[in-house]
Amino acid sequence: MTIKVLAIDDSRTIRSLVHKVMVDAGFTCALADDGVQGVAKFKEDPPDVVITDLNMPNMDGYGVISAIRDGRIHRNVPILVLTTESAPHLKARAREAGATGWIVKPFDDEAIISVVRRVTGAKG
Amino acid sequence: MSQQVSIRDMFFEETEELLEALTEGLAQMHAGAHDDETVNAVFRAVHSIKGGAGAFKLTALVAFAHRFETVLDEVRSHRLDPDADLMRILQRSADHLTVLVDDARSGEDTHGAQTPEFLSALDACLGGPAEPELEDLDGSFGFSAITLDLGDIAPAETPSGQPFTIIFWPHKGLYANGHDPALLIAALADLGEVWAEIDLTKLPDLDGFDPAKPCLGWTIHLTTTESETEIQSVFEFVEGLCDLHITAQHPVISSDPAPEVLVFDIAPEVLVIEPSVAAPVAESADRSIAEARRADAAQADGGLSEKNVPKPTLRVDLDRVDRLINAVGELIINQSMIAQRVSELRLATDADVVTHVEDYRLLARDIQEAVMAIRAQPVKPLFQRMSRIVREAADATGKTARLVTQGEGSEVDKTVVERLADPLTHMIRNAVDHGLETAEARIAAGKDPCGTIHLSAAHRSGAVIITIRDDGAGLNRRKILEIARKKNLVSGDAELTDPEIDALLFLPGFSTASTISNLSGRGVGLDVVRNAVVALGGRVSISSTPGQGTEFTISLPLTLAVLDGMVVSVAGQVMVIPITAILETIRPGNEELHVVGTTDRLLSVRGKFIPLVDVAEGLGFARPPNHPEPQTMLLVETETQGHCALIVDRVFDQRQVVIKGLDTNYGAVPGVSAATVLGDGQIALILDPDALANNRVLAPADARSTTKQTEGKLLATV
Amino acid sequence: MQPFDSNSATEVEFVTFFTGGQSFSIDIRQVREIRRWSAVTPLPHAPAEVLGVMNLRGSVIPIFDLAVRFGLPPTADNVRNVVVIAAYESQTVGLLVEAVSEILSVSPDRIQETPDLRSDNSRQSIIGVIPVEDGMTRVIDLGAVIQTGKRTLQ
Repeated sequence: MTIKVLAIDDSRTIRSLVHKVMVDAGFTCALADDGVQGVAKFKEDPPDVVITDLNMPNMDGYGVISAIRDGRIHRNVPILVLTTESAPHLKARAREAGATGWIVKPFDDEAIISVVRRVTGAKG
Repeated sequence: MSQQVSIRDMFFEETEELLEALTEGLAQMHAGAHDDETVNAVFRAVHSIKGGAGAFKLTALVAFAHRFETVLDEVRSHRLDPDADLMRILQRSADHLTVLVDDARSGEDTHGAQTPEFLSALDACLGGPAEPELEDLDGSFGFSAITLDLGDIAPAETPSGQPFTIIFWPHKGLYANGHDPALLIAALADLGEVWAEIDLTKLPDLDGFDPAKPCLGWTIHLTTTESETEIQSVFEFVEGLCDLHITAQHPVISSDPAPEVLVFDIAPEVLVIEPSVAAPVAESADRSIAEARRADAAQADGGLSEKNVPKPTLRVDLDRVDRLINAVGELIINQSMIAQRVSELRLATDADVVTHVEDYRLLARDIQEAVMAIRAQPVKPLFQRMSRIVREAADATGKTARLVTQGEGSEVDKTVVERLADPLTHMIRNAVDHGLETAEARIAAGKDPCGTIHLSAAHRSGAVIITIRDDGAGLNRRKILEIARKKNLVSGDAELTDPEIDALLFLPGFSTASTISNLSGRGVGLDVVRNAVVALGGRVSISSTPGQGTEFTISLPLTLAVLDGMVVSVAGQVMVIPITAILETIRPGNEELHVVGTTDRLLSVRGKFIPLVDVAEGLGFARPPNHPEPQTMLLVETETQGHCALIVDRVFDQRQVVIKGLDTNYGAVPGVSAATVLGDGQIALILDPDALANNRVLAPADARSTTKQTEGKLLATV
Repeated sequence: MQPFDSNSATEVEFVTFFTGGQSFSIDIRQVREIRRWSAVTPLPHAPAEVLGVMNLRGSVIPIFDLAVRFGLPPTADNVRNVVVIAAYESQTVGLLVEAVSEILSVSPDRIQETPDLRSDNSRQSIIGVIPVEDGMTRVIDLGAVIQTGKRTLQ
C-alpha cells in the first residue's frame, strides 16, 4: 500500500521540495501551509506519517504534534519534525511534545526517504 | 531537472516575499512594536530564508542568515532589547541579507566581502561569537544527561559478523510518540541478522509506570557488519523514551580482551506529554506578515487596518494571465470591428443590434478591467525597498535621512512596478545626495538635522501619481542655468522661467554634481529617469521651492496593455495620440498663426505663443499631392518643450486602444511608442508627442533649440 | 541561420519563390505560413525594404520587400503577390514576394558556397546557392535580412 505523507510547512520552497522527494520515492504527499490547515487535513484524511516544520504561523509544529497526540483518532501516527538546527534542545523539546523523529534541514533526498521508511515500516 | 530549477525559482520568489515581510516587521519594530508576534514574524522570515537557502546549498546565505537568526532569537526570547542601536544593526543586516540573496540569484559574489563586517556587528550584539542556541538547554528540559553527540563516540572498527546484544525497554512515551518497537527491530534487521527475545516480566522498579500499558522488553541479538554508530542511529529517535543497552559480544577478531560495552545511562522515568508545551490550537490570531501584506494589497485605500481576515488567494502562472490579457485584447478589437460594421449600416439608434453591440462593448470593457486587475500590484514592496536606498545613500553622504511613505496600497501593473524600481532608486539617491543639506547646514537653517524624503503614491483619473519630495534646500537655479550654458544646452542670453530652468535637469548630458560623489557620477542623469518613465507611457515633472525642498512627480498609466487615445489621420494614415498628453483640440484662424524666420511657425493661444509641430513632417511622411492644408491642431503638453501644437489632418474620435509593442518583431521607431489594431484590422501607430516635439525643436543642431527658446520667451513677453 | 551539415544524409527542405525575376529560397523550418498580400501601415524613418507593419492575428509584424533588399526594383502592386511569414529566433517577419514556386528537397551537399557577389547586401544575406533545372535559387539568411533592416534604421 502506498504510504500517505502529510507535509506541513509555511515555506513554499520546502513544501515543494518535500513533495517532490516524496512523490519521486513513490509515496503520496498532501501539503498544508500552516499548523491549522495541517491538523484539518490530518483529520480529513489521516496520513501514515506527518512531516511538519516547527516554526510556522497559525499554530506551530508543537501545536500540530499535541493536536494530533491529544486527538481521538490516529493519535499514534508517526510525526517527523523538520528542524534547521541539529541543536539537541530543539529535538528534545520536539520529542517531549510527542514527535516521533526529526529531519535536519537542509535534508538530502535519501535521508528524508529513509527516515520516512524507518518510522512507517515501508520497504525501500 | 526543470522541476528543480522551478523550485529554485520558487525559492527566490518566496524569499522576495520573506524579505518584504522582514523589512516590514523591522519597520514596525523600529516604530515601537515589540510584541511577540511582530518579532516572531521577523525571526520566521530569516529562518525560512535560511531553510530554503540550505536546500540549494547557498552556503554564504545560510551562514549569514544563521547568525542573523541567532540574534533575532535572542530578541524573541527577550534576552536582547531591541533598542535603537540594535534596530540599526538589524536593519542593516536585513539590507545585507537582501544583497546576498541577489548575489545568490545571479551567482555573482559582489557583496560577500562585506559579510564579515556584518557578522562581527551581529556577534557584538551577542557579546561575542557564541552559539547561543546551546546555552539554556540544561535547565529547561533536563535532557542534558542523555545528550549524545554520536560524532564523539569513536565507533570501533567492527569486523564482519560482529554480534551485539541490545536490551531494549520502551517507555510509555515511546508508543505515545508514534514509535513501534517492531519497526525498530525491523530496522535492526536491515543491518544484519536479528534474533529478538521478548521479555514478558514486569518492571517492578519503575515507579509510576502505567500497568495498563504494555510493559514489554526485548533482548535483541544482532550480528552485523555495521558499526555501533549505525545501531545507535536506529534508536536515535527514541532516546529518552526507552532504556537501551547495547553490548558488543564475543568479538570475532579483536585486540581488545574486554568486551566493549556501551551503556546509555537513561533516567528510568516515564515521559509524560505536556500539552502545555504546545500552543493552543484553535484561537490563533497569529497571522503571517506575508498574508497581512496580501490582505493589504486587496485594499485599495492603502491598508490601514491590520486586523482584516486574509482573503484567500490563488497563485497563477504569469504566462496564463498574459495569455488571458492577449485574448481579451483580441476581444476588444473584435468588438470594435463589429461596432464599426454595425455603425456603417446606419441603423436607428434604438435598433436591437445597436443595443446589443453597446452591451457587448460594456461587457468587453468589464472583462478587460477585471483581467487587468489581476496584474495590478501594490507599490508597497517597491516603496519598502526604498528605505534601504535612503539608508545607504545617507550613509554614503554622511547625512541623516528618513523615508516617509504614503499610499503604499496603490496598485499598478506588475511590469510598471518592476520597471519603476531603477528610476525610483535613482531619484531617491538623488534626493538624499543633492536634495538634502548636511546636518550642519540644516541646523543652521533652523531645520531638523534629519532630512525627510516623502514618497507617496495615489490614483488620480486613470493614472497613478508617484511623488518624491525632499525637505532640502531646493534647486539652485542659478547654478543649473550656469551649467546648462556651459554645456551649450541654452544660449548665453536666454532668459528662462523657473519651470524652464528646472526642466533643464531632464536634458541629456546634464549633471548637477559639481564634484562627482559616490552616489552620482555613474553616468546616470535624470534624462535616463525620464526616458524610463516615458517608456512606461508616463511623464515626470519637477517643482522646487528655495529653502523648502524639491518635488518630483511621476504620472504613470495603470496598465501597459491599453491606453485612451485620440484617433487622428496624418498624411492619409490613421494614428493614435495618447489622451494623457492632449490638452485641447484647436482649429486656429489664420490670424493666430505666425511665421518666424523662413520655416518656423508659432500658434498664439490666449496670448501665448506655442511652437507648431507638423506630425507628417516629423515622421517623414509626404502628404498626397493636392492635399488640403491641414487645419487641425492638438495642443499637447511635453516634459521638455512645454506646450506644443501638433498638426494633424483630421481628428476622428477618442477610444481605448490595445497596445501592441513594435519591439518584439521589429524595433524602436522614432516618434512612435507602439502600435494598435483598429476596428478594420489595420494597424495604427501610437505616437509619442514628446519625441515628436523634441525631434522638431532640438534637431538638427543645438542652435535651433536655443533660438527657439529665446524666441518663445521674447514673443511671450510681447 | 540554421546550420546545414553537409555530411548529413538527410535532405533539407526549402521553400522557393520568385521576386524581381529571380529565384530565392528559405529553409522550410523558418516558414510559418504563406498569406495573401494585404495593405500595410508604413513606418516612419524605415529603410526602403521595410514596407511597413501588418496585423497577423493580433501581432504586429514588419513586412520586408525582398526585391528591394537585394537591390532590385520594388515589387509592383499585384493581387497575386504573397507574403511569406517567417520566424527567426523570437522575431516573426513577413517577406513580400511575387509568387511561391515550389518546395525543394535537396541533400545538404548540393548547397554551394555563395560566389563573390558585388553587392554587400546580397553577400551578407545569401547563405549559398542551389542549382536547379532552370538555373539556380539563392538561399536567404533570414537573420541577416532582419539585421540589416535594423542597422539601416539606426
